Amino acid sequence: MQIDLAVKEVTKTFDDFVAVDNVSFEVADGSFFSILGPSGCGKTTLLRMIAGLTEPSAGTIEIRGKSMHGIPPNKRPVNLIFQHLALFPMMNVGENIAFGLRRRGDDKATIKDKVNTMLERVDLTGFADKKVDQLSGGQKQRVAIARCLVLEPAVLLLDEPLGALDLKLREQMKVELKKLQAKVGTTFVYITHDQSEALVMSDQVAVMNQGVFEQIDTPQNLYNSPDTPFVAQFVGDNNTWSGHIRQCDQKAAEIETNDGRLFRTKIRQPMQPGDEVDLFLRPEAMLIQPDAGLANLNRFEVIVKDLLFDGANSRLLANPLDADTELLIALPQTHQYDYIQKNDKIEIGWDEQSGICFPRSR
Amino acid sequence: MMKNQKRWGLFFFLAPVVLWLFVLIVLPHIDLLIMSFRYEDFDGNKSWSLKNYLNFFEEPIYWLTFVRTAIYSILVTFLTFVIALPVAFYITKVVNPKYQGFLLVLLLLPFWVSELVRVYGWMILLRESGVINHFLLKLGILNQPIEMLYRDSTMILGLVYTSMLFMVVPIVSVLDSLDNSLIEAAYDLGANMWTILFKIIIPHATPGIVSGSIVVFMLTLGNYLTPNLMGGKNSLWFTEQIYNQFIASFNWNQGSAFGFLLLVLSSIVVWLGLKLTRQNLKKVVQ
Repeated sequence: MQIDLAVKEVTKTFDDFVAVDNVSFEVADGSFFSILGPSGCGKTTLLRMIAGLTEPSAGTIEIRGKSMHGIPPNKRPVNLIFQHLALFPMMNVGENIAFGLRRRGDDKATIKDKVNTMLERVDLTGFADKKVDQLSGGQKQRVAIARCLVLEPAVLLLDEPLGALDLKLREQMKVELKKLQAKVGTTFVYITHDQSEALVMSDQVAVMNQGVFEQIDTPQNLYNSPDTPFVAQFVGDNNTWSGHIRQCDQKAAEIETNDGRLFRTKIRQPMQPGDEVDLFLRPEAMLIQPDAGLANLNRFEVIVKDLLFDGANSRLLANPLDADTELLIALPQTHQYDYIQKNDKIEIGWDEQSGICFPRSR
Repeated sequence: MMKNQKRWGLFFFLAPVVLWLFVLIVLPHIDLLIMSFRYEDFDGNKSWSLKNYLNFFEEPIYWLTFVRTAIYSILVTFLTFVIALPVAFYITKVVNPKYQGFLLVLLLLPFWVSELVRVYGWMILLRESGVINHFLLKLGILNQPIEMLYRDSTMILGLVYTSMLFMVVPIVSVLDSLDNSLIEAAYDLGANMWTILFKIIIPHATPGIVSGSIVVFMLTLGNYLTPNLMGGKNSLWFTEQIYNQFIASFNWNQGSAFGFLLLVLSSIVVWLGLKLTRQNLKKVVQ
């Protein structure tokens, strides 16, 4: 498989602040690659270095095998979609899309053809003469994408382009963007702080924190087997317990939590008894009133503090008995659990395979 | 009741403006207009006549000075723009924002002294026995001093210098509102520096450029001091002709006619400028 973008040991420092710290990754041709991280983690700086708007302090960036060192952004086969889109207000939609083609010196007829084909592809046929400020948020989005895609870049970079849209439109654009990427087959590198955007759209996601990549993996693996405590907490919701290991073997350990509970969980790295650990547990890993016959479950009782109804994403907010740890427990909307009320005492069970355990990082 | 109060409020605040405009601007102009159509022969008989305006067209020195003034004013406006745009761009986009105010103050600083003093400053620098000649002689670049004053180029230098601030400030304020990502987006889409300048920066800055140009053009066209002192006898400016009529020849009727011609000229040029740049006055003065 062809590698479109290779970032090798790239570092960027501003004075004494390290924005991007020795980051390496490769993006295969035609894939959708996301960089997910909280604001200020260095992801925008990384993207700007790929686009050429910022020079890396160290390391190399290669696009289709060619080093981009010293090549200015207007000569790079990548295009960037800006956070606020940066459509040119002094031009209409058609001129915006034709801007890059004109700079390349294509002839008028070709430009017109390409612009119209592109408008059709993003479902904006007949919008060429409209002014930019006559468009809705979603339409602007599509113009911005069309303006870049019409240049057939090797890699399309997207800097949180959905951030400014309202929720409903964002959900819709997420699916549209994914479909569009599949249709045009261009390599997308997408940065976002919204984990759902990254998980829904991407083939591969890199989780970035404080300038370093914590993990590069498929969305499924990020969610199910995070490599670091940061990934476990940042991708999806997680309940956290602190405790220490009572006894352990290669695959599993018995953990005593700080509030005095004993749990058995699988472990993925060798640990010693007495090690301080953090245990992460997904809300949906916790079963409400599990069948008494189920084996290998860690069972304990909780007091329901609140019911957080949110459609398919409804949760129970609960405290374990005699402890004030707050737990989020998934509440399937199957009417099976409709009897649960505030302040009820219920039993919770979780399979030892679904626990995620890391040595204490703090 | 409310409506009445509102109307009185409006009247109260508008009255000084209207009064000021009327007494100091409209009335004298009406008087000048009337005067420009009056003619006094050698015997002191006054009559209505177009003679003052005809004089202008019949006497080449008058309309040549007029055309010269117009062309040089446009040139000064253009030169001021060419110098002011990079300055404004530097202040708004390149320099660290914390020095922005400081740089603007630096621009403003020369305007704390009167125009007269500034022009004399230039004269000290440029005259035959001036500072620049002194150094050029000392360094052996010149064998004998040259007179740098009283040339068209010197006069234009002085006029551009005087006008800079009035061009920089409006351009700074429009460039401030230009989103940096537009420049970066154009760069990313393959534009070079010149395309970015002509396709993004100048179209965005047009309202500021036009309003700066109008102010600079009017100020230059109506400037008396700088052309008089720096241009001397060799560089006639139309305002000097008006002055001569009023003060030297004591021909107020002729002076009024010239004054009106200058007013018409500046109105036509401003109107043409607005038409050419497809701007309207309302947008520009905002």
